[in-house]
Amino acid sequence: MRTIREALAAIRRAPVLTGLSAAMVALALFVVGLFAVATYNLHQALAQVEERVEVVIYIHDDVREAELRLLEEDMLGLPEVQGVRHVSKEEALNRARTDLPEFEELFLSMEANPLPASLEVELAPGFRNPLSVERVADRTTIYPFVEEVRFGRDWIDRLYLLRRIGGIATGILGTAFAVVAGLIIATAVRIAIFARKDEIQIMRLVGATNGFIRRPFLLEGAVTGTLGGLLALGLTFLATAAVSRTIFPLEWIPGEWALGGVAGGGLFGLVASAFALRKYLREV
Amino acid sequence: MIELTHVTKEYAGRGKALNRLSLRLGKGEFAFLTGHSGSGKSTTLRLIHMAETPSAGEVVVCGFSSGSLAPHEVWKLRRRVSHVFQDFRLLPGRTALENVAFALEVTGAPGSEVEPRSTRLLAQVGLAAKSSLPVQELSGGERQRVAIARAMANEPLVLLADEPTGNLDERSSRGIMELFRDLNAQGVTILMATHDLELVRAYPDIRLLELSEGQLVFDSGLATSSHGQPSAGTDPAPTIPHSPSTPEPKAVQESGAVQVEGS
Repeated sequence: MRTIREALAAIRRAPVLTGLSAAMVALALFVVGLFAVATYNLHQALAQVEERVEVVIYIHDDVREAELRLLEEDMLGLPEVQGVRHVSKEEALNRARTDLPEFEELFLSMEANPLPASLEVELAPGFRNPLSVERVADRTTIYPFVEEVRFGRDWIDRLYLLRRIGGIATGILGTAFAVVAGLIIATAVRIAIFARKDEIQIMRLVGATNGFIRRPFLLEGAVTGTLGGLLALGLTFLATAAVSRTIFPLEWIPGEWALGGVAGGGLFGLVASAFALRKYLREV
Repeated sequence: MIELTHVTKEYAGRGKALNRLSLRLGKGEFAFLTGHSGSGKSTTLRLIHMAETPSAGEVVVCGFSSGSLAPHEVWKLRRRVSHVFQDFRLLPGRTALENVAFALEVTGAPGSEVEPRSTRLLAQVGLAAKSSLPVQELSGGERQRVAIARAMANEPLVLLADEPTGNLDERSSRGIMELFRDLNAQGVTILMATHDLELVRAYPDIRLLELSEGQLVFDSGLATSSHGQPSAGTDPAPTIPHSPSTPEPKAVQESGAVQVEGS
């Protein structure tokens, strides 16, 4: 109770300093927030592209129904496979007509349907990579009625490379942003504690225990960090909304990311306070 | 109450602030600690307050030894040994009452006791009428009285004062000295560092300890310096008789320092 009272009293006594600390924390976390929005949207865009990764198995015209079902079940039994869709010769032709209307006359003049039936194999999330796709494709080679397997090897390779580069860049930049934000938060907390070093020294002089001195400062650090985190969240939301409205649509980050950012601000404020206090608790 | 045995304090690059200093102050004693700037007065007080640890030797205060008191336990000593300073070290922006109350609050005094006790302490130092004023609106002497009231908040056994009258005029200094005398009469052991020789001469009954280059060179309990006479430039000793509160010394001269055994 005394801890809360003292922490609130300290904030009330120096509202400008508390406000500035929270603003510094907010700006530091705002940059992290913008990066999180960018990362999330990039991730979502790649995921959407990846959803289109599939293996198309073209089938000989003379395949029997039972053989086709065997292949279909075999595919569905693979962990990499999420679903299998059978496209008949007729459906393939209809699709071609829809997709290529400029060749409508050509399609009408044809006496027989030249397009093969196929199985479109949809891959499960986490398996939309070159290795998995290759494994699924290789599996079909044991079936003699399979005419051809297509999965756009080059395209998948590039997508996978892009994803890896994105992952590494996100990791490096994210770490750098987090470290910079951490240093800024630590500095903000350090300045706030430095402004009250006389108070700490007097507490030490008159015989306050270290724990007694530490507790309100830790709470104050956590409150400042949390306030900064909430402010950063608000700024990030406004920036995302502004970009969505004027430039291109962006998706808002998941709730747990937002919660994690605010909690992270509070936690960092607390830890930074503990470190900044150590110096003064050793003096006098 | 206070015992320093062969205490040396050495700072990197600055040499020895104290050199095998030994002294003892008994319960209820009042002593001045004098000497030139840099003679080791403040270092001695800081060591007694365990704000620093000796490079060699041992400091024992109220039963707490510098050799065994862990840093996180120093608060136990601080509640028995208070310290007042030349610059008062009050919290600006807070009233006299809040400054005194602060010492009670941070040492865990029950909430209902804090205000009445703070008011009583300020009344004892003659500041009852000014308890609600912010400390920056008080005079130097009044601020020092607030600092003393705060120092007395936890009913200490020992009061250390580092140049407490250094920033005050003569009248205010006398007022502070009278306050110290009252506290001493109540049984508080007082060690006061000062280089104000006029003040020292005005209280010939108070024991005088003189430091020079980190060593005790004169103790009025012995009446003569370790060199056989009072040191040059600080010459009140021949006119100062033994303090009534100071027992006859069983002096031992050791390693250039003087060891005085009190009660």
